[in-house]
Amino acid sequence: MSKNSKFLSVLACGAVVTGLATTGPAEAKVEGDTITLGSAVSITGRYAVNGKHTKNGYDLGVKFINDKGGITVGGKKYKLAIQYYDDESTAARGTQLAERLIQQDQIKFILGPYSSGMTKAIAPVVEKYGVPMVEGNGASRSIFNQGFRYTFAVLSTSEQYLSTAIDLAAEQAKKDGKDPSSLKIALGVRNEPFALDIGAGIHDDAKRHGMEIIIDEKFPKEVSDMTSFLTKIKALKPDVVVVSAHTVGGALFVRQMTEQKANAPIVAMTHCESAKIEDSTVFGSAGEDILCAGQWAPELTYRDDYFGSAMDYTKTFEKVYGYVPPYQAAESTASVLVYADAIARAGSFDTAKVRDALAATDMQTFYGNVKFAPTGQNIAKPMVLRQLQNGKYKLVAPSRWADTPLSFPRMAQ
Amino acid sequence: MMIGALFALAAFGMALVWGVMNVINIAQGEFVVLGGYVAVLMAQSGIHPFFAIFVAPVVLYGVGWFFYQTIIKRVVDKDLFTSLLATFGISILVQQLMNQIFGADIRRAPHGFGTWGFFDNLVTVEQVKLLTALAALALGGVMVLFLKKSRLGQAIRATAQNARAARIMGIDTDKVYAATYSLNAAICGAAGAMVAMIWVVEPYIGLVYTIRAFMIAIIAGLGNLSGVVLAGLGLGVAENFAGFIMGAEFQIAFVFSLLVVILVGRSILLGRKREYLK
Repeated sequence: MSKNSKFLSVLACGAVVTGLATTGPAEAKVEGDTITLGSAVSITGRYAVNGKHTKNGYDLGVKFINDKGGITVGGKKYKLAIQYYDDESTAARGTQLAERLIQQDQIKFILGPYSSGMTKAIAPVVEKYGVPMVEGNGASRSIFNQGFRYTFAVLSTSEQYLSTAIDLAAEQAKKDGKDPSSLKIALGVRNEPFALDIGAGIHDDAKRHGMEIIIDEKFPKEVSDMTSFLTKIKALKPDVVVVSAHTVGGALFVRQMTEQKANAPIVAMTHCESAKIEDSTVFGSAGEDILCAGQWAPELTYRDDYFGSAMDYTKTFEKVYGYVPPYQAAESTASVLVYADAIARAGSFDTAKVRDALAATDMQTFYGNVKFAPTGQNIAKPMVLRQLQNGKYKLVAPSRWADTPLSFPRMAQ
Repeated sequence: MMIGALFALAAFGMALVWGVMNVINIAQGEFVVLGGYVAVLMAQSGIHPFFAIFVAPVVLYGVGWFFYQTIIKRVVDKDLFTSLLATFGISILVQQLMNQIFGADIRRAPHGFGTWGFFDNLVTVEQVKLLTALAALALGGVMVLFLKKSRLGQAIRATAQNARAARIMGIDTDKVYAATYSLNAAICGAAGAMVAMIWVVEPYIGLVYTIRAFMIAIIAGLGNLSGVVLAGLGLGVAENFAGFIMGAEFQIAFVFSLLVVILVGRSILLGRKREYLK
């Protein structure tokens, strides 16, 4: 009986939390001295973890801008606020909520949701209403080749995600006196737009270096086992293994690679942080020497007026939220900074003027330089690679900014 | 092959509920994942997750019983569509609750077992997979024995054959249904504990297991419990083999094509039999 009532109370709690996340008072765009931005992020559903990072990043950006006095528009200081909705990690819901933010809540400045799929769903909506959206979590190439004029992304696009790993492998081969074109690549990506873009990028890079892709695998969306991919790696012994299978696939890959004793001199992947491969209580040393693609790393030397350096941002974030900010949070904060900058430069709340100001953005944030291509993606910032060395992520590439040498070749764990 | 043993467990439960209660339990995968979380929680509190194979069924028996008394009881004699919807509802509810309670993070239960390698590690056998496969087979064996020999097992089989007749014979079918559904949840729980040790669990991964269980139950044919075990093992082998030869993108497609082939083949065979009877 007590089990029943406990279960019911948990159930009730769940209902209340969900209720809180989805309802809130409707607010106008500018009320008194507050500019309200709007965002539908994933509080529940499969993107809940990264949705939380996104929201925390936005909140921290708003807090710092407000603490510094806010934004000056037309000689008057304005504070920022954000109206959130929970998109439940489904694209259909995201689209509805974007409409609701713009039409019902009269919000004219939209911050992006988490993930490429969700961003792609919302982009046509903001386009329809001529409302600008700045996003930091939709990297799919397909968002930027449709001629959208109102979507701006502060992050590098997906086909660049693991390019640095291929360049690094080529660099290392030259150092060892080998021809980069003798290298063989194993590629494994999840069958979804974002990861497929990464795969396409790798194909381009391989062609550029004359490398051969000997394994080219597409995992199903609900990947639950990687044995066959790993068996091929063991049989064909590639020099570089590149994997992008989102969080579940990433965790599976790292775990099964060690348990099935597969390895390669260079192993690079995405979503290390969200899969928490650095957590030795769960993964042991399985994640050692794996290269992780990142939009950003705390060791980078970019600076801005609000947060100082990337490291200062990291410390601030950790103090507020109790964990080291993953790049998903950093790029979200950067989106807010870019928005604030553009609204201030536009000197107006007119959406068309803010859009033009966004298009003319050329600034440095703690997250990196931001300058948008005509199609909306950021072209001023490269991807970074961090390697897990003794349980800590170390910046190893691009070698121009790296503070740690690459550990090569990867030792079998 | 060892993977198959796990799927066979989940399918076994599904076939049982299907056969006895005429309910297709869509929440099957969620029960598996819930069992996985039991293993994860045990590993976190310092108990070896292998013991979760015994603890998770107990916990899940309770969960199954709860859902039977609150929901399934009301739909068990309705048509199949009603119970499909009801279990689908349970599945969404459990998913969201797990997301609220455990978070959407990926979890695994570290087990500390090693790996045997042969032929320069080209062939590897993970000790934990072997252990869990053996445990799965043992559990399956116990289930079959239980259904054949025990009083409750006999009552379950009688109800499956003809619920009305069973009721006339003095069997409390409501109790039998409750036991069957809870038993199914318990089996799933054991399978889930194994999943958490071998792979990973997260709140939304249950669907994979529901689909596999469903397929195996169909391939084996309703109520054919030993067929379920064989089909499960076979599917595990076929799936990995297909993944290796054709690539992971066709792995699941292959399995489903196999399903179509088997079903078509079976209906042709049945057709022949029918002619013979004429």
